[in-house]
Amino acid sequence: MHTATEAPIARETLRLGGGAGFAGDRLDAPLDLAERGALDYLILECLAERTIALAQLRRRGNPTAGYDARLAERIESLLPILVRRKVRLVGNFGAANPLAAADAIVAIAKRLELPVKVAAVTGDDVLDALDLDAPTMESGLPLSRHAPIVSANAYLGAEAMLPALASGADIVVTGRVADPSLFVAPLMHEYGWAIDDVDRLARGTAVGHLLECAGQLCGGYFAEPGRKDIPGMANLGFPYADVARNGDAVVSKVPGTGGRITRATAIEQLLYEVTDPNGYVTPDVTADFSGVTLTETGVDRVAVRGARGRARPEKLKVSVGYLAGYLGEGEIGYAGTGAVARARLAGEIVRERLAQRFAELRVDVIGSTSLHGRAFDGEERPYEVRLRVAGRARSREEAVIIGDEVEALYTNGPAGGGGARKYVNEQIGIVSTLIDRARVKGAVTIREWGANAEAA
Amino acid sequence: MPKLHELAHCRAGDKGNTSTLSVIAYRAEDYPLLARRVTPAAVAKHLAGIVRGEIRRYELPQLGALQFVCDDALGGGVTTSLALDAHGKTLSSALLEMEIEP
Repeated sequence: MHTATEAPIARETLRLGGGAGFAGDRLDAPLDLAERGALDYLILECLAERTIALAQLRRRGNPTAGYDARLAERIESLLPILVRRKVRLVGNFGAANPLAAADAIVAIAKRLELPVKVAAVTGDDVLDALDLDAPTMESGLPLSRHAPIVSANAYLGAEAMLPALASGADIVVTGRVADPSLFVAPLMHEYGWAIDDVDRLARGTAVGHLLECAGQLCGGYFAEPGRKDIPGMANLGFPYADVARNGDAVVSKVPGTGGRITRATAIEQLLYEVTDPNGYVTPDVTADFSGVTLTETGVDRVAVRGARGRARPEKLKVSVGYLAGYLGEGEIGYAGTGAVARARLAGEIVRERLAQRFAELRVDVIGSTSLHGRAFDGEERPYEVRLRVAGRARSREEAVIIGDEVEALYTNGPAGGGGARKYVNEQIGIVSTLIDRARVKGAVTIREWGANAEAA
Repeated sequence: MPKLHELAHCRAGDKGNTSTLSVIAYRAEDYPLLARRVTPAAVAKHLAGIVRGEIRRYELPQLGALQFVCDDALGGGVTTSLALDAHGKTLSSALLEMEIEP
């Protein structure tokens, strides 16, 4: 039973730090966390759904590419601190090519003259094992409807990472692994949690879920002036958790960093992207967050207790990337009296000119209808607005036309249009399906250099 | 009539074409009012034209929170949407515009 006030967390704890919440996250915050956080493990989550499909495309062009594009920056800055502070690093920055990532890390270590042992976890790439007749989880239609497919990655769990941790590697680099599993794996390894110890795995999953978006636990993506004020956001600290052997935990951050960790920031993050709080499914466990309590035990300290678990799912989720064409966009601004009317007229002109060529076209007025359509439109009249026209095309050449037509409004559209911009981006679509665990074989490869390697 | 914005905070999340929206009471004593007024039907009415699918509500009284899971809410899905905010990140602000009868 868990109540708001109860016995303190046991003294023996493991400290896990959340050092990245997405591929583009800040590089300075994890350095400070590793330097001053007294961490046992630093964990970097760098893979959004589309990131790995884009990485797969890079790998196609170059067999030694396909890992996190900022890996070199991350490792060069972190490695000296990790060695000095004896912090192990775990992350999915291997993206579509964990082996090449391991080689790249060893090369950096040699250059910095620092010893390193890297374990690369592979087996998530199931493109060759994919059943194209399998239904997608989104629509139930077969995968083959989403061609051409460029990547298929199963979400590995903590179990696949255990041999890598058991190898004694300083750095464990993975491809697609469920985000909370990156945190559950070190807990299973250090505490010897069994794969059917569902309550402990659920508690570890809750901790992982709280930390996986890094700054979002510390007031990032939370702040609102006058309502939810967060101090020092330009120096937002990243979080860590002290996790006890039974899975109870306290989340906190390094003193002197910006941001706040409160019950409110923790509740927002606990529920973030959770489609069923009674059954949050990962490869490790089905976690029930309905009984989780979050209790402030000090400044920037919140105790996390009460998650329960049920059996893990029989099948693994697979994220499948496919080429979905090209997104063409054009924007142009209008200001002053009648700005919205002129922007709307401009939109009508472009729509009329493009309607024959583009089946799907979206015409919005930024400042009025671009985020929520007409649902809340008409309450305010902004001083300035921007027209935005977006459409999908099969080719880059065709997508360019959308921006060109918006730009042509300069001399052919309503009065006073300015600041036209045009963009074309390749779109990678993502759909999901399920795969039998038996068809997914995790593997670990060691790459090392330095003192340990020579002794071995 | 007060807006939900005065009583609660919200974070939007995305999974494919599904949007998750938390509604978290600032004060524990307001949770029963939120549970009474912020129903799936009320959210469906408020977000009409945005959420096209089913809306499910989960209650987390010990956190003073409700969780709404809204299907077919992201213009076909994050990765292929033509929308400017493909993730529906700003839907949290839209939901907090809801007027709450005391």
